[in-house]
Amino acid sequence: MELPLTQNIRPGRPPLNLAEYENAGGYQGLRKVLAQLAPEDVTQLVLESNLRGRGGAGFPTGRKWSFVPMGEDVPRPKYLVINADEMEPATFKDRFLMEGDPHQLIEGIIIAAYAVQAGISYIFLRRVYVTASQRLETAIKEAYAKGYLGQNILGSGFNLDLYLHMSAGRYICGEETALLNALEGKRAIPRSKPPFPPVVGLWGKPTAFNNVETICNVPHIIRHGPTWFRALSRVPDGGTKIYGASGKVRRPGAWELPMGVTIREILEEHAGGMQDGLAVRAILPGGASTDMLTAEHLDVRMDFNSMQEAGSRLGTGTMVVIDDRTCIVGLLSNLMHFFAQESCGWCTPCREGLVWVAKILKAIEHGMGKPEDIEHLRLHTRLITLGRTFCALAPGAMEPLQSALIYFEDDFKRHIHEKRCPWR
Amino acid sequence: MLTEQEKKEIEAVAEHYPMKRAAGIEALKIVQKHRGWVSDEVVTLVADVLEMSSTDLDAVATFYNFIFRRPVGRHVILVCDSVSCWIMGYDTIVNHLKNRLGIGLGETTGDGRFTLLPNVCLGACDRAPAMMIDDELYGDLDAEKIDKILASYD
Repeated sequence: MELPLTQNIRPGRPPLNLAEYENAGGYQGLRKVLAQLAPEDVTQLVLESNLRGRGGAGFPTGRKWSFVPMGEDVPRPKYLVINADEMEPATFKDRFLMEGDPHQLIEGIIIAAYAVQAGISYIFLRRVYVTASQRLETAIKEAYAKGYLGQNILGSGFNLDLYLHMSAGRYICGEETALLNALEGKRAIPRSKPPFPPVVGLWGKPTAFNNVETICNVPHIIRHGPTWFRALSRVPDGGTKIYGASGKVRRPGAWELPMGVTIREILEEHAGGMQDGLAVRAILPGGASTDMLTAEHLDVRMDFNSMQEAGSRLGTGTMVVIDDRTCIVGLLSNLMHFFAQESCGWCTPCREGLVWVAKILKAIEHGMGKPEDIEHLRLHTRLITLGRTFCALAPGAMEPLQSALIYFEDDFKRHIHEKRCPWR
Repeated sequence: MLTEQEKKEIEAVAEHYPMKRAAGIEALKIVQKHRGWVSDEVVTLVADVLEMSSTDLDAVATFYNFIFRRPVGRHVILVCDSVSCWIMGYDTIVNHLKNRLGIGLGETTGDGRFTLLPNVCLGACDRAPAMMIDDELYGDLDAEKIDKILASYD
């Protein structure tokens, strides 16, 4: 089984420096691109690889790049922004990649920037990833010194400047138009779309956006080709995936596995199953803003289409395993407190609605819920939806709630009827 | 007054952007690194360097949880309160911290040593429950481990 993304990662040890990364085959993808391929050829290869965005939405990466206007007459500089603001609760996969192999990300960035002909790239990194920031800064300096960044890269005539931008908190910065505002030095509130960022993005210029894990795949696609990349996967989406598991499992962690492994395989073979005496009751498959699944769904494959058919989303692919001694209502109350707190306040359904939902959940959790509260919660899951809000934050917040109301309605009823939390 | 060092660092980071104001958040972090927190006066001084209004800069400053607009202790403890840490015992951990330090969330110890703040997911879910003190991450916490960690800070 080939595991390209983690082949250089040695847990507990510092990442490969530039020379070591080159010895392991690093920057060969970039050399091939600059010597042999036109920008459109790079995009075409990525399109053929069936690489889908690993930030959660799963949009085909090659198609995303194809929306960036090309040619001599387009506004410049064009930008490439790398979303490294990994703030989805229970997600720690991009940290693993940035700390473990920073040059892999940098090589991917240079190739992606070449494909869309971006002249400036920013890595937008969350504040608490201090180790990742130090390792990326070191790797960026090494790449400049070796001529992989800067002017006339490897004599190709292609120029790229890469900067690390370290944010200062706030989940909303992961939303791409809010991130644009943050980078421009404004309050990080989302922008109305259209226009879309590939055409009108950072400072009004064409801007491509990609997640860290997505970009880390790119050098491997170039080196080994789209057919090889598709064959890494068990499903039509190409490649491997960094999956993770947290909660009361024996060995919480993150693992690179073929795209399309089942929940059961991750849980039992890699996370070592549940801790003694506990049984799995629910799964948040891809972060806090994905619909819950249950113990009935363990044989569902963790890929974009299979998860959607099962009524959830792959999201970030880092799952939270919820055991039978953890209170689902309490857990939802924790999630909704997060979403309400992280609302940027720009649109009313999110600013007011999430706080209301959080208050209802907290009341039920503490035995102060009323029978009609369940209908109020349901009503909110129908009202706070895409199209009624500026961005996906609040609709995402409704996903775990709406699924919990389907699978675990009795838990809510017991809290209300017994006027206490039955799990305490 | 901003120090020469602060000005130099702010000017250097402003080079990364086509417009100076884009360096706002990084500039605020630079002065915070030197002074511990960001006062109203400092917001005005930084805004001058970035050629923007202090109101605009304060709108940015107040948006982010890592810009401290009030004084904090010598060390800031960020205790993760998100879902994986909540499952793994956040309540026990945060109560132990509160008792040990004699303060609530958002407060600073009388000797100015620690400020205790809740924080969203630290991305250390495989080592939950977790916390950060300044730039250092600590995972797999229990009461005993927390006591040892706290003792290592002045």
